[in-house]
Amino acid sequence: MDYSLNFIWFILLGILLTGYGILDGFDLGVGILHPIAKTDEERRLIINSIGPLWDGNEVWLVTFAGALFAAFPDVYALAFSSFYTNLMIILCALIFRAVSIEFRSKHPAKFWRQFWDACFFLSSLSASFLFGYIVGQLFLGLPIDGQLELHKEKMSVLEFYPVITGLLAVATCAMHGSIFLYLKTEGELQERIHNYIWHTYGVFVMVYMLTTIFTLTQIPSATSNLKHYPWLWSVVLVNILAIGNIPRTIFLKQPGYAFLSSIATIGALAALFGIAIFPNLIVSSIDPNLSLSIYNSASSQGTLKTMLFIAVLGLPFVLSYTVIVYWVFHGKVALGKFSY
Amino acid sequence: MHLDVVLLSRLQFALTLMFHYIFPPLTIGLGLLMVIVEWLWLKSKDPFYKSMALFWTKLFAINFAMGVATGLVMEFQFGTNWAIYSRFVGDIFGSALASEAIFAFFLESGFLAVLVFGWDRVSPKMHFFSTCMVALGSLFSSVWITIANSWQQTPAGYHIVKSANGFWRAEVTDFWAMCFNPSMVHRMLHVWLGCFILGAFFALSIGAFYILKKQHTAFAKKTIEISLVYAAVSSLAMLGSGHFQADAVADNQPAKLAAFEGHYETGSGGTPLYAFGWPDDKEKKVKFGLAIPGMLSMLVHGNFTQPVTGLDKFPKEDRPPVFIPFQTYHLMIALGMAFIGLSLLGLVLLKFNLLFQQRWLMWLYVFGVLGAYTANEAGWIAAEVGRQPWVVYGLLRTKDGVSHSVTAEQVLGSMIMFGILYSFLFVVWVMVMNTRIQAGPPVVAEIVKEDEKLAPGAKKGVGQFMAIIGNLLQRGPASLSETWRGPAPTEESKNAESKKEEDKP
Ligand code: HDD
Ligand code: HEM
Ligand code: HEM
Repeated sequence: MDYSLNFIWFILLGILLTGYGILDGFDLGVGILHPIAKTDEERRLIINSIGPLWDGNEVWLVTFAGALFAAFPDVYALAFSSFYTNLMIILCALIFRAVSIEFRSKHPAKFWRQFWDACFFLSSLSASFLFGYIVGQLFLGLPIDGQLELHKEKMSVLEFYPVITGLLAVATCAMHGSIFLYLKTEGELQERIHNYIWHTYGVFVMVYMLTTIFTLTQIPSATSNLKHYPWLWSVVLVNILAIGNIPRTIFLKQPGYAFLSSIATIGALAALFGIAIFPNLIVSSIDPNLSLSIYNSASSQGTLKTMLFIAVLGLPFVLSYTVIVYWVFHGKVALGKFSY
Repeated sequence: MHLDVVLLSRLQFALTLMFHYIFPPLTIGLGLLMVIVEWLWLKSKDPFYKSMALFWTKLFAINFAMGVATGLVMEFQFGTNWAIYSRFVGDIFGSALASEAIFAFFLESGFLAVLVFGWDRVSPKMHFFSTCMVALGSLFSSVWITIANSWQQTPAGYHIVKSANGFWRAEVTDFWAMCFNPSMVHRMLHVWLGCFILGAFFALSIGAFYILKKQHTAFAKKTIEISLVYAAVSSLAMLGSGHFQADAVADNQPAKLAAFEGHYETGSGGTPLYAFGWPDDKEKKVKFGLAIPGMLSMLVHGNFTQPVTGLDKFPKEDRPPVFIPFQTYHLMIALGMAFIGLSLLGLVLLKFNLLFQQRWLMWLYVFGVLGAYTANEAGWIAAEVGRQPWVVYGLLRTKDGVSHSVTAEQVLGSMIMFGILYSFLFVVWVMVMNTRIQAGPPVVAEIVKEDEKLAPGAKKGVGQFMAIIGNLLQRGPASLSETWRGPAPTEESKNAESKKEEDKP
């Protein structure tokens, strides 16, 4: 049987997830950094830097979920029901995030604004942590048997590893978000953010090293694809170069390039995750042979083909809206009549 | 107490969807109204219409954000709570959901940004275009979600096969037959009309409120004129659409029709139609009802004597509950009739210049919007509860669709969470909407002043785009961080701006 469609969908889902990571990454990061603002005006500036953008960014997640449902329904069903509680908390956080951006500006009272500020910060923090946590769990594998049933009793809730990947997600978002804010602000606030970039970058590098060490020592299967296909080491190289380029460009005050580098960092991290699990989507920690792979969990070839057609038809539109929106709202944020 | 995962998951699904469905119909209905208003502005260049458009945009944005936030929950819940169902329908259903995201959500969310924040960044034409795109996007999204829902009511274009993991599932054999399944087209029309009615009654309610408070009278009168026409056209069309719906239910889901009409025993001779009543499962008849003899036979078979199939003709385990579908269905129809009456009466009074003095009618309009919300929700409850005990009609039972790995405690926990969260959001939403409505539309004279400040010659549209590309090529991505804020503000306008900031926190 020809599995090229399955492979294409694996790549497309990877692109969607990476797109989500890159785009929502910076607006979650902006949420995490929000408390650094000192005055109400600064808080508004920070929120308005993502004001017109966050909703479109979140659509990448919606599309990812829909495409996973369509292309690999068994994976969608298993993963979403297995991570029930985590996902419910993420949903709660994303709801709070959305409404805190929308509602905050609707009332001048101090407690009202402080309440929504706190919501905005906490929800951004917890959503990014839990996304990272789930990725960590997926790395470790889930205790599933041949009947696609989850053996909950074999799932250790407080593993160390997922907590680290959770922290990595938070650190990545914070770094990415701080560079984004640096791009969007000016004056004294921008200076302050410039300092914060060094902090977020430092934390990121530390957690990144920790994650790498743990992944290499605890999850031997993570590197097996790298052994088989040595050219994949180029992704690792890109990752390291991108991470290294961030401090250089920040030092030279070239935030545009720094932002590109942190985009490349996130892209490479996502690619490494894909390389580590391929061709599986969910690894069974009971017996690797029971894993859900792109071969045994896909939709029918007909549906994969229809969906590919839909994706090819839709993608140019999606990209053009994205370009239009980012073009209309590029440049430094300023508070105006229509701001939050 | 024994907690049942299936029951809890159903309750949670119903709760979250009904909450979600407070927002999309308004987004869709108001979207069209905004297109109309902005078109009037573009044509007449009258800032009065711009102030209207600005007002609706603010309310629209709040509802849109709520729709997005609660919609995400729906997208996840198929997988979290209904894993077996998702596995069964993924091949079919997933493509509809993914298409919805690709074709509709990106369109909506992208242009929404321009619609809400772009007033002084793009030209009026571009702004109008964005408004149209947002309205179109919300219509698109309703198309795809209705395809998905209609397929589970009346499956078509599929076959049942074993998947690679050894489970039975439905796979698409004919994509277009799947999309245009037997109940899709008229359900779509019906849902749209429901949204339009809501949009119209929402605007009507605000207009009437201002008339009663003797505020913003010019705005209120114009709003009432536009929305009365909008309401009358959609309510009348709804009558026809509702008829098609009932016809189709009789063909496709006779058990559901029997539940709608409280028709327990087939009997002989013509079947009556109840205008209202109280179905009693124990005695298997409708009590305290007003029956029109033979009317249901007339609607289904075209004559007054041939009996319509009753619930007794279906195996016990395939019968839907009666009470809820009956009441919600009748409530929806009664409200539909009331909308026709209210909007036609308003138009007649308007014609004779008597409308705005009728305070009692204005009060009815103020609360009419609640009726429109209720009718929309009631329609869905009737359609969905009437589909029971199937989650995919005739193929998969609701109780077999639920996730295995999820425990009752987990669902109870999430339901309590949603319960608290949604009640809280509901209160805040009402508060914020109320503040916005009390504040009223922006003053027209202010808008004129603002518009004059935007000097001509600001690079907009394609010119601006080319300038950015040029900068990118010359100076690399660093140029993206440079300021562009339209024409440089003069000292005077700067002062005015900062003064306004002080007034308005
Ligand atoms: C008749 C229309 C209709 C119906 C029946 C539903 N929705 Fe909805 N939905 C919309 C019409 C809509 C909309 C008008 O397009 C919204 C409202 C505000 C918005 O942003 O889009 C939306 C938002 C919205 C979003 C957020 C989109 C974004 O981030 O921009 C998601 C993920 C869903 N919906 C998913 C669902 C699911 C899974 C449903 C069924 C189980 C559902 N909706 C029922
Ligand atoms: C927005 C309008 C909708 C409303 C208000 C609505 C309402 C409901 C209600 C009240 C129930 C509970 C019925 C019961 O359990 O007795 C339900 C169940 C359900 N609905 Fe809908 N529904 C809507 C649209 C949809 C759509 C668009 C889909 C699918 C695409 C859908 C799929 C389901 C599923 C899977 C269940 C759970 C299983 C079940 O109880 O049948 N619904 N819905
Ligand atoms: C005027 C008389 C009306 C009739 C005869 C009518 C008829 C119907 C029928 C038979 C259904 C069930 C379709 C199914 O289960 O497959 C339905 C569903 C529905 N109705 Fe109505 N309706 C009327 C008015 C209204 C009004 C005024 C609204 C809202 C403003 C409304 C909103 C809905 C909605 C949202 C649904 C669920 C979606 C669907 O299944 O189509 N209806 N209607």
